[in-house]
Amino acid sequence: MIRLFQTIGEYILFLGKVISKPEKWRIFYRDTVKEIDKLGINSIAIVAIISAFMGAVITIQTAYNTENPILPDYLIGLAARDSILLEFSSTIVALILAGKVGSHIASEIGTMRVSEQIDALEIMGVNSASHLVLPKITAAVLFNPLLCILSNAVGILGGWIVGSATGAISSQQYIEGIHYAFIPYYVFYGMLKTVVFAFIITSISAFYGYYVSGGSLEVGRASTKAVVNSSVVILLFNLILTQLLLS
Amino acid sequence: MIRVSNITKTFSDITVLKGISAEFDAGKTNLIIGQSGSGKTVLMKSIVGLHEVDKGDIFYDDILFNKLGFKEKKHLLQQVGMLFQGSALFDSHTVEENVMYPLEMFTNQSMDEMLERVNFCLRRVNMTDTNKLYPSELSGGMKKRVAIARAIALNPKYLFCDEPNSGLDPKTSILIDNLIKEITEEYGITTIVNTHDMNSVMGIGDKIIFIYKGEKWWEGSNKEILHSDNQELNDFVFASKLAKQIRFGKQKD
Repeated sequence: MIRLFQTIGEYILFLGKVISKPEKWRIFYRDTVKEIDKLGINSIAIVAIISAFMGAVITIQTAYNTENPILPDYLIGLAARDSILLEFSSTIVALILAGKVGSHIASEIGTMRVSEQIDALEIMGVNSASHLVLPKITAAVLFNPLLCILSNAVGILGGWIVGSATGAISSQQYIEGIHYAFIPYYVFYGMLKTVVFAFIITSISAFYGYYVSGGSLEVGRASTKAVVNSSVVILLFNLILTQLLLS
Repeated sequence: MIRVSNITKTFSDITVLKGISAEFDAGKTNLIIGQSGSGKTVLMKSIVGLHEVDKGDIFYDDILFNKLGFKEKKHLLQQVGMLFQGSALFDSHTVEENVMYPLEMFTNQSMDEMLERVNFCLRRVNMTDTNKLYPSELSGGMKKRVAIARAIALNPKYLFCDEPNSGLDPKTSILIDNLIKEITEEYGITTIVNTHDMNSVMGIGDKIIFIYKGEKWWEGSNKEILHSDNQELNDFVFASKLAKQIRFGKQKD
């Protein structure tokens, strides 16, 4: 328990170092664009694939579990839409990105630590934590909501294509369900959660990478810890945000 | 001149530096020698501020370094260049970007001016035409030379080299040693080198400090080291059979 509080304290101090004015804004913008490419654009394919299959499975499962003549078929489209908007596109995609992006960040920064590249930055008088981590956080916070929107669209599209192709629901009914009782706030809610999750993934992974000591084995361990702990924190914050934003 | 006074550093109950006091001469190549685990690297990292000392003072000329605020320390560190044991070049940057890095960070020079300086530094370390290569495409000796070029990019007043010869063949080691010596003399830099390479000690050491089990055990020049009667120093310096034979021969002469 004491170790947990100590880690939280160290993480807060680390954030204090990270969130500071960049040394040179030009370098910060350049690095942020690079990170958008590395962390965001490189994740488009995986997010699209997962979202398409997720939307398809949600639609089929909803269809097969609501075979009740009282319930109209368009509710399948509505259920698929709301599941995707409220939960899957933000939380599931965040958990997947915690694995992909989180391990990448932790191992990149961890390797820089063990090969003394971070020391080299410190020797130059650079705030290494801010210089290395702030562009990553900024890139993820800016770009991940776009991934969330992409995931929403591809997920709903996946459900439509597979739902109609398998005969689980007619195309017309699905589209009717998608339009039925649409609450635009749900889109905003999903994006807001994505912003928080993006911050959690990048900052926690960077924290574990930044404080690695030892060699390649420890870098691997830090990478695993980063993924596991950011996933747990995502789930915890998902609960808190759901209660705060939907109650 | 750099001076350390009574510095102590402990890592979880293990005292690595035990009240070391020493003075490193300005414009000279000062060597810290000692066995692996004697505290050389910790001493060097403490001097540059990578480790916070538990006790004692570190002076850069008359400036008390370890009591400086963040901004003042940052300003002073811009006068410091360091060559790390593993070179510590940024893997994702080319040679040119590595050397340009401190210039981009701390100067307002135009791209042309920075490129001119980068090319000058690379020429100085005999690494011309390597601008677009990545560190993974360089040999160990080339990496060290690029790291030296990066360290001197901002015209430092102080240069630190942590085991610059580790992992290098004897010929390349001599080349790196000579380069460090030349740069020190050319620019009047205060250089501190951590080493346990006896070729470096004899070749470039203007002033030598021997660290033994976290304490300063001996201090002198590379000429005096051959005639010292300090037992621990002799055990270290003349550890090899060949070195013993050379010394025995010298004594006979």
